[in-house]
Amino acid sequence: MSVCGSCHGCETSVLELPRPAATPGATPKTVALVGPPNSGKSTLFNRLTGLRQRVANFPGVTVEQHTGVAELPDGRGVSLIDLPGIYSMSPRSEDEQVAYDVLTGKRADTPKPEAILLVLDSTNLARHLMLAAPILSLGVPTLIVLNMADDLRNRDGHVDREALSAQLGAPVALVSARQGEGIDEVFDFMAGALAKPAPMELPVLQDVPKCREWAGRVGKQASYQAPAPPQWTRRLDSVFLHPVAGPVVFAVVVLAVFQTLFTAAVPLMNGVHWLFDVSGAWIMATLPPSLFRSLLIDGVWKGVGSVVVFLPQVLLLFLFIGILEDSGYLARAALIADRTMARVGLQGKSFIPLLSAHACAVPAILSTRTIENKRDRTATILIAPFMTCPARLQVYTLIIAAFLPERRLLGVFSSRAAALLGLYALGFLAAVATARALKSSILKSGSTQFLMEMPSYRWPTVQSLGLRLLDRSKVFLRRAGTVILLVMVILWVMAHVPTQGGRAPAIEHSFAGQIGHAIEPVIKPLGFNWKIGVGLITSLAARETIIGTLGAIYGMDPETQGGDLQSAIHHDLTSGGAVALLIFFAFAMQCISTIAVVRRETGGWKWPALQFGYMSVLAYSGAFLAAHLIR
Amino acid sequence: MLQLSGNNQRDGASATLVDLRRGDAAILDRIDLPGDEARRLMELGFLPGARITAGYSAPGGDPRVFQVDGSEIALRRETARRMKTRPDGGSSVAADARIR
Repeated sequence: MSVCGSCHGCETSVLELPRPAATPGATPKTVALVGPPNSGKSTLFNRLTGLRQRVANFPGVTVEQHTGVAELPDGRGVSLIDLPGIYSMSPRSEDEQVAYDVLTGKRADTPKPEAILLVLDSTNLARHLMLAAPILSLGVPTLIVLNMADDLRNRDGHVDREALSAQLGAPVALVSARQGEGIDEVFDFMAGALAKPAPMELPVLQDVPKCREWAGRVGKQASYQAPAPPQWTRRLDSVFLHPVAGPVVFAVVVLAVFQTLFTAAVPLMNGVHWLFDVSGAWIMATLPPSLFRSLLIDGVWKGVGSVVVFLPQVLLLFLFIGILEDSGYLARAALIADRTMARVGLQGKSFIPLLSAHACAVPAILSTRTIENKRDRTATILIAPFMTCPARLQVYTLIIAAFLPERRLLGVFSSRAAALLGLYALGFLAAVATARALKSSILKSGSTQFLMEMPSYRWPTVQSLGLRLLDRSKVFLRRAGTVILLVMVILWVMAHVPTQGGRAPAIEHSFAGQIGHAIEPVIKPLGFNWKIGVGLITSLAARETIIGTLGAIYGMDPETQGGDLQSAIHHDLTSGGAVALLIFFAFAMQCISTIAVVRRETGGWKWPALQFGYMSVLAYSGAFLAAHLIR
Repeated sequence: MLQLSGNNQRDGASATLVDLRRGDAAILDRIDLPGDEARRLMELGFLPGARITAGYSAPGGDPRVFQVDGSEIALRRETARRMKTRPDGGSSVAADARIR
């Protein structure tokens, strides 16, 4: 590999084009980033906006919208939209449709962008240039951003951007978003006076071969020389896609992810736990005993704390997925998983949402948008909530610790870890069986096309991983601060009314207790009493609230007041009831956020209702069987 | 790594991408798939006349990665089977240079 020497790709000045008289200082308010998948569009977006970005959903569709503000050198702000990756302007999947609608000004909720940053991979310019034709024909001021300039240079590629600019009638910048090289030019474009692309002869957009021919010709005129094949990618693929070593690496990666999740996350979680204990004790000591203090400690602090404890675990899993995705390995993992997924009627692209569903079903369901086949996508959405998320794990850990003595199996495996693993497997098998049933009945589809581009391997950048984790932390904490906080406060109130002589009633006679008693006949066959019943009701909002709920109820119940949560649960459940509770949680869809996202994703109540009903029936019958078979 | 290239297709008339072994190259002749599926393949570089080299695959050979137009695209066997090829007329030296 040669270092940059003679190549012409290194100049860093903006190419000034003759511009029609434009109002000086008229900066665009909205700029859209457009480009094919894997062009490094999001890296550029992160580079331009830094922390000034947010993720939202396009209302009515499932596609996440990344918007942010780029601060120009003179302090003015420009609003940036990172559109989903597109190959052409003939949309096939839902996210391509969104990109198309925004660019053509068909979305009422998003202003039509006043300028476009067209991000193309300079190492694959000839093909990526095909997208320039439809984008330039929109007549919106456009900067052609040739990304990955460092790669192009290092692999002996070359492009004459002045010639390219002349060919396209629009300014061209050579940047490396990962290195930060050439970013100033992008800012200069947004700060400068904008000009529409000069009228050029463009190919017939519907004719792909003609477009490719045009792109090839333009590339040739700009003396584009494709870089040498990526040596490291080939070398790594010879291991990661080796017939024997490939699957071994795959298994090791998946196991390592989960192993770290259970071990490395523990000290972090203990740290968060400690923080909540200490701060709770401080509140306890500072405030005089009152109903308000009780609400704050028993309702808010313990309830929210029991959820926030799982933040490190969630973030760790997202960190892993981020590394796998940004490095390019996840595409290979999907390739390896494709055959196996095909056996249950799905495809390799379903593997990625199913992996990330172990961190949280909500972003997992959002990530199904890359699956073009609608039926495959629906099936993946329907089975994703079976994957064991940290909320389930929390409940499992508590019940297993209360009922299963820690023993060594065969001298190596811990009995508790084995039980946990079994529950992970149970969720996974339920998902697989459900997928198979769906894909051979209501979601039956013909052969599925699996088309996946294998990106070159790259080092993930700290910035993009950091922003990703920050995003997820916000989502997680917002949930803890809204849904879970609300449920815990309502529960606290229900457990303290109706007052008897100015004091809180015995928990059994409170509204919460009465509701628990009311549903007891339904759950008695599963081996659960009214206290577990109250926990099941609150856990409809979010699984893990059962822990805070039981903590609150047992804390108010004279029978169990003294001991810890584990011994209290042991006091209340038989072994059969404990297994029944585990199985109930393994199958039930107790998560308002997931239901909401499935509704938005599938565009109606039909699928979430079916999913909720199906998972509840499965949970109830599974728990019923367990309670009667295990004594 | 040197691989045989070019002329290992069983039968010129019915050869498809499936017949390519790793390192082999051929020229794409036509795509026997419905319009929009063919269109997406073309947008990814699978245009008639394009030179396609077979790369690594998932265990069992399916799906397989194909090098086309500067990218690496994975296709299932059932898709590759619908993509008819003709032997690569180019020199085998060039073919070897690309698969190294």
